Amino acid sequence: MSTNASALRHARYVLGENPVTAFAFGLFVLIVLAAILGPSVVPYDPLASNTSRALQAPSAQHWFGTDQLGRDIFSRVIVATRLDLFIAIASVALVFMLGGLSGVAAGYFGGWVDKVVMRIADTIMAFPLFVLAMGIVAALGNSVQNIILATAIVNFPLYARVARSEANIRREAGYIEAARLSGNGDARIVLTQILPNIIPILVVQMSLTMGYAILNAAGLSFIGLGVRPPTPEWGIMVAEGAAFMVSGEWWIAFFPGLALMLAVFCFNLLGDGLRDIVDPRRRT
Amino acid sequence: MFSLIFNRLMLAIPSLIGVVIVTFLLTRALPGDPAAYFAGPAATEQAIAEIRAKLGTDKPLIVQFGRYVSDLARGELGNSLTTGQSVAKEIATRLPASAELTLIGLMLVVILAVPMGILAATRPGSWIDHVTRIVSTAGVSLPVFFTGLLLVYVFYYRLGLSPSPVGRLDVFLSAPPHITGFYLIDAALARDAEVFVAALKQLILPALTLAIFALAPIARMTRASMLAVLSADFVRTARASGLSSSKVIVTYAFRNAVLPVITTLGMVLSFLLGANVLVEKVFAWPGIGSFAVEALIASDYAPVQGFVLTMAALYVALNLAIDIAYGLIDPRVRISS
Amino acid sequence: MAAPALLVDNLSVEFQTRSGVVKALEGVSFNVAKGETLAVVGESGSGKSVTAYAVMGILDAAAAVTSGRAVLGGLDLLAASKEAMAEVRGREVAMIFQNPRTALNPIRRVGDQIADVLLRHANVTPNAAPREAIKLLETVGITDPVRRAKAYPFELSGGMCQRVMIAIALAAQPSLLIADEPTTGLDVTTQAIIMDIIAERASATGMATIFITHDLGLAAERADRIVVMHAGHVVEAQRTRDLFAHPRHPYTQALIAATPGHTSRLAELSTIGGNLPDLRAAKLPACRYAARCPRKLAICDSSLPSIDPTAPEALACHNPVSSPPMGEAA
Repeated sequence: MSTNASALRHARYVLGENPVTAFAFGLFVLIVLAAILGPSVVPYDPLASNTSRALQAPSAQHWFGTDQLGRDIFSRVIVATRLDLFIAIASVALVFMLGGLSGVAAGYFGGWVDKVVMRIADTIMAFPLFVLAMGIVAALGNSVQNIILATAIVNFPLYARVARSEANIRREAGYIEAARLSGNGDARIVLTQILPNIIPILVVQMSLTMGYAILNAAGLSFIGLGVRPPTPEWGIMVAEGAAFMVSGEWWIAFFPGLALMLAVFCFNLLGDGLRDIVDPRRRT
Repeated sequence: MFSLIFNRLMLAIPSLIGVVIVTFLLTRALPGDPAAYFAGPAATEQAIAEIRAKLGTDKPLIVQFGRYVSDLARGELGNSLTTGQSVAKEIATRLPASAELTLIGLMLVVILAVPMGILAATRPGSWIDHVTRIVSTAGVSLPVFFTGLLLVYVFYYRLGLSPSPVGRLDVFLSAPPHITGFYLIDAALARDAEVFVAALKQLILPALTLAIFALAPIARMTRASMLAVLSADFVRTARASGLSSSKVIVTYAFRNAVLPVITTLGMVLSFLLGANVLVEKVFAWPGIGSFAVEALIASDYAPVQGFVLTMAALYVALNLAIDIAYGLIDPRVRISS
Repeated sequence: MAAPALLVDNLSVEFQTRSGVVKALEGVSFNVAKGETLAVVGESGSGKSVTAYAVMGILDAAAAVTSGRAVLGGLDLLAASKEAMAEVRGREVAMIFQNPRTALNPIRRVGDQIADVLLRHANVTPNAAPREAIKLLETVGITDPVRRAKAYPFELSGGMCQRVMIAIALAAQPSLLIADEPTTGLDVTTQAIIMDIIAERASATGMATIFITHDLGLAAERADRIVVMHAGHVVEAQRTRDLFAHPRHPYTQALIAATPGHTSRLAELSTIGGNLPDLRAAKLPACRYAARCPRKLAICDSSLPSIDPTAPEALACHNPVSSPPMGEAA
């Protein structure tokens, strides 16, 4: 209880000391609100086209303008938040489990488990990550689930390595030895003693990779993978607006791109701030 | 030195084997039966079985893998389903376009980011320090395709400074005689100033897009490692010996500070090769990335597989080059290997 | 007495830190004569190294010299332009540091590092520089100098690296060498060899040496004269033999009592009570030893006897020890 209170105090201190982290936190709240409430608060139906209002510049009526089919871009950008955030969170949660568990197993058991996990991680690292993600989606099929899976796989080495080194350090720690001597099995020790201690570090890793996951998923949908029109999603909206950049209708691609950028920026800053809270030593 | 190169080559081999296995597994994970796809919807069971025998997909996995490897050894990457063309040939013709773009982008980023990092470290608190810090925080958040489109809007549509963002060369010009496949080099070799300038104009925006994308990590790393080195004991010794400040900063500080930057370059290249695909799409650049994207949309797997394999091989080779460059600069790695 | 090789007069240095201004040096004055070996001793944090860095003009950006001068060959080093200082450093006054292995550029051949200084300060052509570097390695007692010149620091032992440092420092035959804890981290035999090389070069060239150390025993063996520093002040200076025979400042006396000698037993060793004062404090007593001093008077809080920078002896104490023989101290 007291450690919780002091962690909270430390968190408040970091937020107060660091206005940038506070700003990122504010942005994060906005993004989450948009993801939850988005569809019910936007002024227009994000899918309703109206060709008589096509390609209108931003105005009081259409804050972000309208696209080639006359859809309201503001509504589409806000509604898209849920899907983009879902893809990122799902992929990060997936890799958190896959990478975290196999990394802990590698670090705790060592031996051949370690060899296999690290060989897989090294092999993934031998590819340019986005290229590998493209290959995976192409092979498994063009769907949102596979984008999530591909994004998780390319992040696997990062998680596996962090978890492995943390588990490795703790393997010989006194409290683990004590648990072993009192007759606990390996599985029990890993689940009750090692994992809970590594989770804060992996959570920081999650927030640091959220930004990358969003970028990766948006990049894949930008080249036409996964999400299909007319579904509102930032990457695909930028792709749809791309052709209009050369004729001057900048707003079609600009606003979804800006949303994407702000979301990634927010998670990067938040990740840095969170790392400062969990592990003040690694402050840069 | 030779032992260093040899050692690094040995280390690259497991990576390459892993790459070959993964690309093979990706093919086998293809949903559906490629033979059925080939044969078309009207084909009979027997026709499909014949095609399957021709493709070899009726054989056990290990036999298929052996065939895959022996094809690879002969440089055979299969044919595109949609065009029927040899994938290897198509990639070979398109590779120079991608390579030229990536290398110019890499050169641009090094030219921009390294001096930025050095100036930020040697003049802490100055405007360039602040700019570097903002760029290295905000830069990592910029989606590369978005940056590309913004540049197109500003430099093509608004300012009219750059040509239409389509392809490597203005449509009214013909490509320089093929020697290296790099238009800039080929045009220079042909002493064709007009084509050289036109190719450069086409290249500058996509290359800049890539450079902006990679600017943040390199500038950030240069700044951090330069700061660390500047407070190192040996820099103090060099100062105390009265060496000129250019000698201290270049020969003593920078050559040491560049080592972590070279390491970072390996990671940056991974991102850069991926970003290349997106940039090629934005600028309709006829490289292997846009080739793969077109094939992806058509569910044409052979070109995608060839592309993934080529990119991974390229990445392994570039990492090898980075390791060797590191060894050239750092005697500790060179001698102890 | 001839003009000193270096005269430091009323030197004060402040550091800007996050938790306030640190008055690292205050009114530091001393001198060193040509050919003389002067030891500057004190606990860590007493300002020995800061003094050396200030004289060399290599203080880091957070530090500022707030008063004083350091005169070397008629030039005030503290007021000299950057260009003038770059000429002086390495040519007139050179410095060697502790941790010789990290003090050398790890990725440059040691011969080249010596040649860099030769090219900068000595009248040597680029063609002749490698040869001259090898000669210098020979003068500091490195065997097989031709091969060693091609070595990188990581291929040499700590003692070897310190010899290379000395070769670099002596490349331009400076009139003053500042050696900042040159033997810390080296084994005892190597320590003695390094100190012998420095002494040998000093007597061969008539160079003055300032030898900074926390090791009073080493200072006793090697120095002609000793300056004792405490918390950024010079508290006492005397000829070595006199200082040990008749320490006058209570701090010197405590320091000597705390130094293990050949004959002392562990039980006889005393420790110095209290800690160095917090130099960030807005109001420090005039004598910074006052809080730890058993002989403190009321006046010690408000004034400090001034010392003559040109004199060979100095004492900054209102109530000095009346020269008792060593044995009776403590």
